[in-house]
Amino acid sequence: MSLVFYLLAALTVAGGLAAMLLKNTVHCALALTVAFAGLALLYLDLDAQFAGFAQLLVYVGAVAILVVFAILLTKGSETPKDGVFSHTWLAGLAVAAAVFAVLAWSILQSVSRLPQAAKAPTVTVQQIGVALISRYVLPLEIVAVLLTVALIGAVIVAMHEKEGGAQ
Amino acid sequence: MTPLAGYLLVAALLFSIGLAGALTRRNAILVLIGIELMLNAANLNLIAFWRYGPHPEALTGMMFAIFSIAVAAAEAAVGLGLVISIHRHAHTTDLNLMNRMKG
Repeated sequence: MSLVFYLLAALTVAGGLAAMLLKNTVHCALALTVAFAGLALLYLDLDAQFAGFAQLLVYVGAVAILVVFAILLTKGSETPKDGVFSHTWLAGLAVAAAVFAVLAWSILQSVSRLPQAAKAPTVTVQQIGVALISRYVLPLEIVAVLLTVALIGAVIVAMHEKEGGAQ
Repeated sequence: MTPLAGYLLVAALLFSIGLAGALTRRNAILVLIGIELMLNAANLNLIAFWRYGPHPEALTGMMFAIFSIAVAAAEAAVGLGLVISIHRHAHTTDLNLMNRMKG
């Protein structure tokens, strides 16, 4: 366990915590961006350069901007006066704590059987590209169709309906 | 503690933070943010298992994570589009006030 890992893990978890705890929604979106960037750095630390840069492009570049747009379009940056948490927050927190307890318990139970430090794999972008158009070509095409349908669908759902138009 | 266990613990913690946020926040956008955090925690698991698994040259975990990132991006676009549409209809993103199936 290196110092880099601890720093990146602390950054990511702090970003995630801030995204869920801050009152102002815009601040939450900024904290979320920090968490996404921390995750991208963790991927780089794991020698998964392609996934790390894809994470930077997709999450830090696109999803964070989408979230900020949605917040501004819905006037979501106004903090409600009666608190930002639902009145059943205690039950939600208990469920999340129970889930974490189970996950952490199962990980710590299996520590002795987890593989030790392995040699860093050398994966080139060429290998990833060849794999994408040979072995993974069907998932790639399905994801392409899914992205097209989802983005067109998102635009249609969010599109302003004219008065007396299609209802 | 092995490095893999460290990454798995970070992913579990991030997943729980996202779950807690999705269950307790009242703003619909922040619930979506919580779901995004959970998806990212799962991706971290996939990459960590790929890195420390027996056959990293097979690229299985990495491909899984890349496809997962693409699907999560589509999910975020549709989810935020729905939130904007609901806001136009109900003039709120507070989930406590969205208690009717028909506008």
